[in-house]
Amino acid sequence: MSRPLADRWLTGILGAGAVLAGLVVLLIVAFLTIESIPALREIGPGRFITDVSWHPDRDATRGTFLLLPMVAGTGALALGALLLAAPAGVVSAVFCRFYAPAPVARAYRRLVELLAGIPSVVYGFWGLVTLVPLLRSIEPPGQSLLAGILVLALMILPTVALLADSALRSVPRSLLDAAAALGMERWAMVRGVVLPAAAQGITTGVLLAAARAVGETMAVLMVCGNVVQVPSSLFEPVRSLTANIALEMAYATLDHRSALFVTGLVLMAAVASLTLVAARIGGGELRHE
Amino acid sequence: MAARGRILPALVLAASLVACGGPDSAQAPETEVRKIVLTGSSTVAPLLSEIAKRYEARRPAVRIDVQTGGSSRGIADSRSGVADLGMSSRPLEPDEAADLEEHAVAVDGVGFVVHASNEVAALDDSQLLGIYRGEIDDWSEVGGEPGPITVIHRADGRSEVDLVTEYLGIEPREIRADLISGENQHALKSVAGDPGAIVYVSVGAAEREAATGAPIRLLPLRGVPANAEEVAAGRFPLARPLVLLARPGPDDTVAAFLDFALSSEVDDLITSLAYVPPAR
Repeated sequence: MSRPLADRWLTGILGAGAVLAGLVVLLIVAFLTIESIPALREIGPGRFITDVSWHPDRDATRGTFLLLPMVAGTGALALGALLLAAPAGVVSAVFCRFYAPAPVARAYRRLVELLAGIPSVVYGFWGLVTLVPLLRSIEPPGQSLLAGILVLALMILPTVALLADSALRSVPRSLLDAAAALGMERWAMVRGVVLPAAAQGITTGVLLAAARAVGETMAVLMVCGNVVQVPSSLFEPVRSLTANIALEMAYATLDHRSALFVTGLVLMAAVASLTLVAARIGGGELRHE
Repeated sequence: MAARGRILPALVLAASLVACGGPDSAQAPETEVRKIVLTGSSTVAPLLSEIAKRYEARRPAVRIDVQTGGSSRGIADSRSGVADLGMSSRPLEPDEAADLEEHAVAVDGVGFVVHASNEVAALDDSQLLGIYRGEIDDWSEVGGEPGPITVIHRADGRSEVDLVTEYLGIEPREIRADLISGENQHALKSVAGDPGAIVYVSVGAAEREAATGAPIRLLPLRGVPANAEEVAAGRFPLARPLVLLARPGPDDTVAAFLDFALSSEVDDLITSLAYVPPAR
């Protein structure tokens, strides 16, 4: 008879936890919006798109506040990292699930999980002292869009690999058995049956990885060079939205500070829309089954 | 030190979340221990951490929490009362000075730093101006080995940017940078990894980094070597005060610590970090 009581308690506790988590997100958005208001009023939303450059000032009339190159920088970094990490992650998941012997697969999966646990500042430090000098020997200055893409790809690879792996695992056994009964080769089965069936799950994983790439800060700040410009080559430096906040927030006052909160708002919107798209695709998969 | 101050509240918060709210009745008996909170500039924080350690050893009843977050945070926090004292690596603007008292705790120079393998012995002001304006882009133009110059600028709003642009007599937007660095460590690691790079950094931070064996070299400015002695003598042309900010009429505990931090008893700590004691 104590079971229902315990359940009631548990429901209350879990419910409170859920409300708290939801509330935190709402509070953050509210906080970002409130802090952005001075900039949106003094500078105006238009100038973030039409100003000639990003040379912020504590006085809105003296500074220029062009955000577009940083939006482009963030987009280029995330896209480049995805182009490398998505195929590699899917290939690694397929290998793990369908080709590797069981002990190898288990060890490999642990290794990928470990990769996912390395703090981003460690990736950034490695990028700065190892990868950047290497790239510099090809074309100066080394800290560049390419360096950021490579470090980010490495960081989101485990996310793609682990989520693709679980998408592959959830492909119904019956489909595999049917394919085997038809005498399909392993590769034909993977290509013709497994990948189409897991496509939605894999896409969700890729989008979540993209959200992580967009939001990554320290590693990107350390290897990208942080010059505000739309890069015309992979070897030119870029500044991401996240790096813009991290670089300047500590020293910004008044309108400059508020403009950085606008940067945060743009970033939040980008991540939120990626998460929403991922949720839609993920939801579609559930209905499909 | 800052980590200890942050982890503890986080644990308490986590614990109360797990217990799902409820007032925290089991508070540690902290009645006699008085806590002083300092926030602000990452250039000043290492010095205050050392000073705080020495002070805590002498006054066991006082706990001092030093947190970084930039000069602007130090100014904002000391004004709002979030921090007992603020740390800043730039003097206050006139509109900020109204309700805060400023105390110079040390002096630091800002110097130009190149890779140790760079053969250029010195650059005059017009050469520095040309390099930072993008008019000079190869080391052979200023008497070095041929090779592209990687011009490293610092993030907007940092006190070094104000100091250097004023010294060179240019607007920040005239600067043509190849890279932009944030923290001192980021700037110094960028130069150490690039034989063609030049950046401007706190002389104290650069001297400490060079002492650990990093391949970097401080350039003299207007014929004056960039080191703590020259900054102390007032000869080095690019220098700034590192200041502590207090609201008028701090309480006894804070006032006693402030007196200690501004006394000659901390001179050895200031010099060990390659900063310079202020004129007292």
